[in-house]
Amino acid sequence: MHLCSIPDSLWKLHLSTYENAIDVRGLNKYFGDKHVVKDLSLQVGRGEILGFLGPNGSGKTTAIRMLCGLLTPDSGEGHCLGYDITTQSDAIKREAGYMTQKFSYWEDLSIRENLDFVARVYELANRKHVVDEALETLGLTSRSSQLARSLSGGWKQRLALAACMLRHPKLLLLDEPTAGVDPNARRDFWEELHELASKGVSVLISTHYMDEAERCHKLAYIAYGNLLAKGSAQSIIEEQKLFTYEVTGERLMEISKVIEKDPAIEQTVIFGSTLHVSGKNSEAIEEVLKTQQFKSIPTSLEDVFIYLMKHTRDNYGESYEL
Amino acid sequence: MSFSLNRWWAIVLKEFLQLKRDRVTFAMMVVLPIIQLALFGFAINTDPKHLPIAIVSYDESDFTRTILSSMQTSDYFAINTDYTTADEAQAALKKGEIQFILTIPSDFTKKLLRGEKPSILLEADATDPVTVSVALASIDGIAQQVAKKDLVGSLSTLWSQKNPFEIRVHRLYNPNSINQYNIIPGLMGTVMTMTLTMMTALAITRERERGTMENLLATPARPLEIMTGKIIPYVFIGLVQASLILFASHFVFGVPFNGSIVLVYTVALLFIAVNLTIGITISSLAQNMLQALQLTIFYFLPSILLSGFMFPFYGMPVWAQHIGEILPLTYFNRLIRGIILKDNDLAMLWPNIWPLLIIAVVMMTLAVKFYKKTLD
Ligand SMILES: Nc1ncnc2c1ncn2[C@@H]1O[C@H](COP(=O)(O)OP(=O)(O)OP(=O)(O)O)[C@@H](O)[C@H]1O
Ligand SMILES: [Mg+2]
Repeated sequence: MHLCSIPDSLWKLHLSTYENAIDVRGLNKYFGDKHVVKDLSLQVGRGEILGFLGPNGSGKTTAIRMLCGLLTPDSGEGHCLGYDITTQSDAIKREAGYMTQKFSYWEDLSIRENLDFVARVYELANRKHVVDEALETLGLTSRSSQLARSLSGGWKQRLALAACMLRHPKLLLLDEPTAGVDPNARRDFWEELHELASKGVSVLISTHYMDEAERCHKLAYIAYGNLLAKGSAQSIIEEQKLFTYEVTGERLMEISKVIEKDPAIEQTVIFGSTLHVSGKNSEAIEEVLKTQQFKSIPTSLEDVFIYLMKHTRDNYGESYEL
Repeated sequence: MSFSLNRWWAIVLKEFLQLKRDRVTFAMMVVLPIIQLALFGFAINTDPKHLPIAIVSYDESDFTRTILSSMQTSDYFAINTDYTTADEAQAALKKGEIQFILTIPSDFTKKLLRGEKPSILLEADATDPVTVSVALASIDGIAQQVAKKDLVGSLSTLWSQKNPFEIRVHRLYNPNSINQYNIIPGLMGTVMTMTLTMMTALAITRERERGTMENLLATPARPLEIMTGKIIPYVFIGLVQASLILFASHFVFGVPFNGSIVLVYTVALLFIAVNLTIGITISSLAQNMLQALQLTIFYFLPSILLSGFMFPFYGMPVWAQHIGEILPLTYFNRLIRGIILKDNDLAMLWPNIWPLLIIAVVMMTLAVKFYKKTLD
């Protein structure tokens, strides 16, 4: 039976019966013969914030587009807000809020006109009030008649976010919403996100910022279309069983070049005046580093992601032109 | 989920605002008709063939048969045998199904033999003066041929007169053969075809190219709401263009206005709708704006050439007429000339109205069908 014919009272029933806001299994997407998303399975619970991470071109945007019905998966199945992603994308579009990576509001409309269009097209009650309120929270009331074109990059991003939140969706699909946004506004944004989550809103958010990754309840790391790690930041770090050492001293660049050749060293990353060295075998690393000044430190999320990215490039990456 | 007027209205408002901000486009759509009017003040001469003619004959003899057969062989005329009475022929001429009526009076042969120089009446639909002048040039030759063939023996004295009989010509609807009378109303459809199709052809591809399509697709707006919403502002533009050309044709070029203004606007509105649906179909087919423009031109060229705007419709080869019959401009040209110059009424216009209705419905269906609801 088609959901659209179910009367209003049953609708609510339907909405309250889904368990996970996002629950997809085995999603695949090809562009030509390029396999962009491979067997992706994701679950996002109610009130959960899932961080979606991965290097450029790894398929994050493609995956999010499949979730909200903008791209048809070549195979796989699943539900968003209890609606089938392949057959009920109309309902998903109505109830989920999707924010595109690239600014995709109308630059030749004013800020207010853009918000007004959104309010009309989603048939929001109390349109004027809703738009006024959004302008107020954004702090753009005085500039509301300015064309969207004239906004700075960060402000465009904030406008898009406001437009997406306008109708209080139960699921937010945010594709790098804070790219180019200043730290202050980012902090406000994350506070609001956690507040929404506490009210039961589920969030899937892609980001390249490590501090943001740490603020998510759970993380999913995707590289070259493969989902490589899933879980809390802590569990992802533990899963990789990496040992990390911090080397201090002079000429870190040269040291890094030398020790990199040793098979025990999986990766070296320079962080300012220190060098992070990671690997799986702690004894072997300590042996390599014995002539240096070093100490053992906890492995960070960033170390793990760099490790994961390198590792998959070696395994899957050859066929990719980046 | 059905058509939502709220969502539709959201799209309409958005398109109006965007059009308002796009000054260049706005100016182009108003200035273009004026430039074209100026350019097309001059006629394009052609050599039409096989123009449909009805014969109303009250006399039958060797002479009249010779006249008819030499007309047939002259290539300029194609005798239409469907209309043989004066009334039928007049109605067909008014509807534009035939271009000429030749009336042979009952005492023609008698007078000819007596050397009284009888006359034959040739009535011409002079809406398109080029057609008429070519046909008239050939008709003199026909008279000479008849004389040579049949006026032999004792009758040859008649031949020695310069003209054994006379062909009197009545130019109907455009008695002075003013080419502008034909060209200017025809220009109305041409300008509307060009600008309206192009603007709507860009409507969806523009969103795609600017990246706003992703946003539009993520909203619950339905394809039919988006497409009909997008063409509404151009309906108004089309009406402004039509008014401009009507105004100029009457007050600048002095084209007489015989028909009903309500009918003119009714058919103009229909024609606008047809072109907008064609434009929007192109828009949902094309991948980008360049393709949309190319497709528009691909549609526009045959429209100018084969619709009876540049060359008389019945003067074209049959295959070209068949192509012309699927072009909306063909019907609109007949409609607008029929109303402005010949005061046709709705019943007379109907044969040229229903094809437009069908084209509009088919095109809108195709547009919705081709519209891509995803980014694939
Ligand atoms: N419409 C398309 N046609 C062909 N290839 C595409 C298309 N969209 C994306 N791709 C390819 O799919 C791959 C994944 O792209 P995607 O945009 O999903 O990456 P991403 O993870 O969002 O990257 P980023 O972090 O840079 O935003 C890339 O290699 C890209 O070139
Ligand atoms: Mg992306």
